[in-house]
Amino acid sequence: MAEINTESYKQNAVKAIKDTVLQNALSNVQDRLGPATALAYENLPEGPELRLKAHKIREFAINNLDILLETLVDKIRDRGGKVFFAQDAAQATDYCLKVAQKNRVKMVVKGKSMVTEEIGLNKVLEANRIEVNETDLGEYIIQLAGEPPSHIIAPAIHKTRKQVAELFTKELGIPYCEDPPFLTQAARKALREKFLKADMGFSGCNLACAETGHITTVSNEGNIRMSTTMPKIHMVFMGMERVVAKLEDHDVLFRLLSRGAAAQNMAGYVSYIGGPRTENQLDGPEEFHLVILDNGRSKILADPEFREVLLCIRCAACLNVCPAYGKIGGHTYGYPYSGPIGAVITPLFVGINRAKDLCQGEPLCGACKKACPVDIDLPRMLLALRAKLADGDCKWNVTRASRMEKLLFMTWSLVIRNRTFYNIALKTGAMLQKFLPGQNGMITQMPFGFKGWTRSRDIVPLAKTNFLTLWKNKKP
Amino acid sequence: MDKNKTITLFIQCLVDSMYPEVGQALVRLFEKLGISVNIPLDQTCCGQPAFNSGYRKEAKIAAKRFITIFESAKVIVCPSGSCVDMVKHQYPNLFRDGSPWQERAKAVSEKIFELTEYLVDVLEVEDVGARFQGKVTYHDSCHLLRNLGVADQPRRLIANVRGTQLVEMENSEKCCGFGGTFSVKYPDISTAILEEKVDNIVAAEVDAVVGCDISCLMNIQGMLNRRKSHIKIMHIAELLAQ
Repeated sequence: MAEINTESYKQNAVKAIKDTVLQNALSNVQDRLGPATALAYENLPEGPELRLKAHKIREFAINNLDILLETLVDKIRDRGGKVFFAQDAAQATDYCLKVAQKNRVKMVVKGKSMVTEEIGLNKVLEANRIEVNETDLGEYIIQLAGEPPSHIIAPAIHKTRKQVAELFTKELGIPYCEDPPFLTQAARKALREKFLKADMGFSGCNLACAETGHITTVSNEGNIRMSTTMPKIHMVFMGMERVVAKLEDHDVLFRLLSRGAAAQNMAGYVSYIGGPRTENQLDGPEEFHLVILDNGRSKILADPEFREVLLCIRCAACLNVCPAYGKIGGHTYGYPYSGPIGAVITPLFVGINRAKDLCQGEPLCGACKKACPVDIDLPRMLLALRAKLADGDCKWNVTRASRMEKLLFMTWSLVIRNRTFYNIALKTGAMLQKFLPGQNGMITQMPFGFKGWTRSRDIVPLAKTNFLTLWKNKKP
Repeated sequence: MDKNKTITLFIQCLVDSMYPEVGQALVRLFEKLGISVNIPLDQTCCGQPAFNSGYRKEAKIAAKRFITIFESAKVIVCPSGSCVDMVKHQYPNLFRDGSPWQERAKAVSEKIFELTEYLVDVLEVEDVGARFQGKVTYHDSCHLLRNLGVADQPRRLIANVRGTQLVEMENSEKCCGFGGTFSVKYPDISTAILEEKVDNIVAAEVDAVVGCDISCLMNIQGMLNRRKSHIKIMHIAELLAQ
């Protein structure tokens, strides 16, 4: 299981905002990818409306998940692949460890996979003295640095080339150089050795296909092909929602995934893998394992309010447009999934109370929905999570987050229901605000819960006479 | 245009309590256009602050009250994109499917318009005969832009104001960081987002920033004033009533 630090959201945010290197990196990624993805949708032959079709495809898949998974699994087993359904992170890592130990695995290579971050696979393997090598360049960098990913598809986005140069000099023993091609070459050389020696290879699964019985991987570095074909054993970790019915669905979804992720027409490498190598094949693993992970997904599937979040194909387009993510970065979220998708899915995975700041701590601007290649209504679900926190909820075992706030809104609801009360409240406020410090006709310091506002900005006072009173008095 | 038209105004609570001059400008604007306005005196708030914070029971009280007050109106116009979004898109979801309240909510949601949307799309007026000397930039508020799809309408209206030059700021469609209670519950994040917005406004070298939502403008004004900037905020009703 991944470490959960969702409670530190506020403190982490402050730290991230003060980190000028991170701020530059975040602006760069958002300025580069946000508008480029929007343009890529516009330039689709079918136009941005294709996102709605993709939504329907994913919705169909999620609504028929049991049948699709069974079809996929049958086909993979027929080809000699082994399939394991893991209920939670522990079951998934246990299974993996058992296979590794049975085969005396000492060293593994990994293609980038968020699900393995979610289950905390690396830690479990390392604790059992198995060397783990991330092979995606970004993942490789943060593994060397001992940090978690800060972006779903660009995990080392928070690192500058200078930091990478320093890291590589220290860890790989190469001369200091900030030239990206040089650094990439150094990583490539170091990783090549690992690919050749690895006993086992891991990958995630972007989107399986039930019709043909394949898992797929999408990448731009070719490292996933190496990880999945060179070692003797290939193990795939797949969230149970990551399947669609037909091969033709992949055409729509991969075009959108590539645009959402990196504003590309199509990623450099798309691989379809359906089992171990057959007798007449020269390459490929001798053993193929598919681990299908639940880890809280069934519970989400069973709730009509949140089922839609399972449509996500983890492209990270929402991160690239989110104003909150753009300031606080991925580590602030305290769990592998960050940005708007993290703000919805993390509370559902780790507990809504525990991750309350994730769904409350952003301004609901709606940019994520527009950027989503499968048109997921994340703002709707953020609101639904907030509703559970406001009043508590049995189904999700949520307790009321703030009694004080509840009391405030109950009082508010009493005041707004009667115009006379409302006017009295306004008058009282207008009288009391005279005691607040001000400058230039504006209040510079607000009391109680409003303190936060005036830390960085002023506010106009309540009007001496409100508009409706002015209007009433003016009317003949 | 039908000269004998009467519309009903929903005055956003922030306009009513903190920016009455925006309400007055709105009235002047419609007077100028020869449209008579009806302003129900018992109106208060649409319930959005409660709804966005998750307090649906409380929001429902506001919604029922709003529906009761405004359902007899033929057309409701409001000088705020986010309030219109609340009434149009959230009210129907607050009530049980098929319930009488939901039907009433839907009926109201079909006849509410944001100010610029009403002027340009319904009245088909793009030039209200306003005059204002100066350079302005326009801030797209989130719910107006993304949930109501209003972006061109205010720009066309501004372009037709005599003497006014519209300068587009960088990333005008980006959030200002207000987000209702978010701004006081998460002031650090809210401030960081706002800093970027204000930097972009300042870089546009304008006399005023114009918007269709006083909530965003209040947020922006707060920081402009703290930075002792000469740039003023201006609700679009104020610009058009000039």
